[in-house]
Amino acid sequence: MTDAPVSVPTLAGAGPEGAAPPAARSRSGPGANLWRAIRHNRKAMVGIALLTIFIVVSIFPGQIAPDDPQAEIFDPGRGPSWHHLLGTTAYGQDIFSQLVWGTRLSVVIAFAVGGLATGLAVLVGVSAAYLGGLGDGILSLITDVILVIPIFPLIIVIAAYQKNAGLFTLIVVLGALGWSYGARQLRSQTLSMRTRDFLMAARVRGERKLYIIFFEILPTMTSLIVAAFLGGALYAVLTAAGLQFIGLGDPNSQSWGTMLYWAENNEALGAGMPLWAIAPGVCVALLGAAFALVNYAFDEISNPALRPVRRAKQRATR
Amino acid sequence: MRYVVRRLGFFVVTLWAAVTLNFLIPRLMPGNAAVAMMAKYRGRVNPQALHALEIAFGVNNHQSLLAAYVAYLGNVLRGRFGTSLTFFPDAVTHEVLQALPWTLALIGITTILAFVLGTLVGLLSAWKRGGMLDSVMPPIFVITSAFPYFWIALLSIWLFAIKLGWLPQNGGYDYTTTVGWSWTFVGDALRHSILPALTILVTSIGAWILTMRNNTISVLSEDYVRMARAKGLKPWRVMWTYAGRNAILPNLTGFAMSLGFVVSGAILVEFVFNYPGVGWMFLQSVENQDYALMQGLFLMITVTVLLAILAADAATAILDPRTRDMR
Repeated sequence: MTDAPVSVPTLAGAGPEGAAPPAARSRSGPGANLWRAIRHNRKAMVGIALLTIFIVVSIFPGQIAPDDPQAEIFDPGRGPSWHHLLGTTAYGQDIFSQLVWGTRLSVVIAFAVGGLATGLAVLVGVSAAYLGGLGDGILSLITDVILVIPIFPLIIVIAAYQKNAGLFTLIVVLGALGWSYGARQLRSQTLSMRTRDFLMAARVRGERKLYIIFFEILPTMTSLIVAAFLGGALYAVLTAAGLQFIGLGDPNSQSWGTMLYWAENNEALGAGMPLWAIAPGVCVALLGAAFALVNYAFDEISNPALRPVRRAKQRATR
Repeated sequence: MRYVVRRLGFFVVTLWAAVTLNFLIPRLMPGNAAVAMMAKYRGRVNPQALHALEIAFGVNNHQSLLAAYVAYLGNVLRGRFGTSLTFFPDAVTHEVLQALPWTLALIGITTILAFVLGTLVGLLSAWKRGGMLDSVMPPIFVITSAFPYFWIALLSIWLFAIKLGWLPQNGGYDYTTTVGWSWTFVGDALRHSILPALTILVTSIGAWILTMRNNTISVLSEDYVRMARAKGLKPWRVMWTYAGRNAILPNLTGFAMSLGFVVSGAILVEFVFNYPGVGWMFLQSVENQDYALMQGLFLMITVTVLLAILAADAATAILDPRTRDMR
């Protein structure tokens, strides 16, 4: 990302970064600017560190967790010990192993839904702004309707008819319903850019519409696109955990929400196995917090006014 | 005026979309769950009710889709959502209306409280830039706003009800008291609502604080705020009527958009606390495959959210003269 040979200004501007002087915006690796801004932002670094840990765990669960998460082979309801870092469930499964193996599903859902929702948001938002007129009216109306219809109950209704929501259904439904906020923002940003000089120039050069959209408009909206992705991922993590918690996920799959479902069914908190319910919740919260922190940090990076005051002063003097 | 009409039009369109989804979802799903449900209830409820459900879900009838749709719309307009199988022979409408006051009291009041409190704290922290509030708070609330509601609910039950024994674990009231407007009942209901209310408050307030803080910071650099200061107005007046009034506008729009999020969290909170409101009943109906009740409740939730959004729109129109003049 830092040393990519940039012939087109891929990350140029990376959002309305008022801080970057115009000269730095040109071809001298604008990605480097973005990376420096991220490195100097503590919230972004904490969020990225957390995300990295979760991703690594989700790729190599077998190397980290000692036991088969499903195997009911231990003494049930044990407290934490050296062999079972977080104790065992009422079924005699190792809680730590369940936690580690459950990471994968949450991470996959987060990234898949985030990606799908972002793609749709870009598609709908940019085309609405570009089509204008009736097309814009219809697309905007659809966006607004999906924005205000309570999505979680709707997903529950769909899951109820499906008996339970498998991974594929979950990702498609969450992605198909989670793009509206991003689309709305991208639309208004695109609208506000339509008359900018550099787009005029591209049009005068006779570039095709698709080229203008992909290589001129989209790069300037990186921060909005990243925000749409992170927001979508956060919402996917929480919604999926909620669905699994009420038993509408796949009960045989290994996930944090399913752990919470079984813990609640066995009244783990009252029956002296609090870690069974606390640990997966902590993981959901941490993964969610990771996305939220990076998202907030991006807000600060693209809008310097929001940065913590003290550091803003240091910057000014440097 | 045109603004109000526009928003009302949007309200109608969204409502129509929700009703249509409600009609289409059972028909689009592979493998007819409604048939399985009816097989389960056959013999236990009277044939007439089952026949009504067959029409509602498009089972065993040779009506065209369009005719079924028109009939369905007609039923919805007249408030007929069929018969609940769980609470047979009560009509769905009757059940929904019983659960609604609980939810409105718990979630309605808590959400408004969270919004007002969060907006105030956000405004104050942005006003005193770099102060205690401003430097400690953002990271904390970024993190709490990512907490799953139901997990906070579980934790608060564990801590305050099981470990400390201060408050009741679940339910909306003590089942030994009689329901009515007596002091004992109201006090008891209040006691039962403290934990769920705190759960919703703690998890939802962060988002309001952060957006209000960020809006205020942007507004504070506007010329009209500088102008107000230059005029020598009292600081609190600048804060309230110049900065606050303008910064709250995006927060009101945000209110409309985040409401769905709050509602989904609240459904799970009611579920965890066995709180006898709409959310709890909704999940009960899912569990019992009581599809008529489930879909009636889904519409109910949608209508409530839409009404709240209309209220936020009205507030925007009052606070922002531009929406009244333009558009």
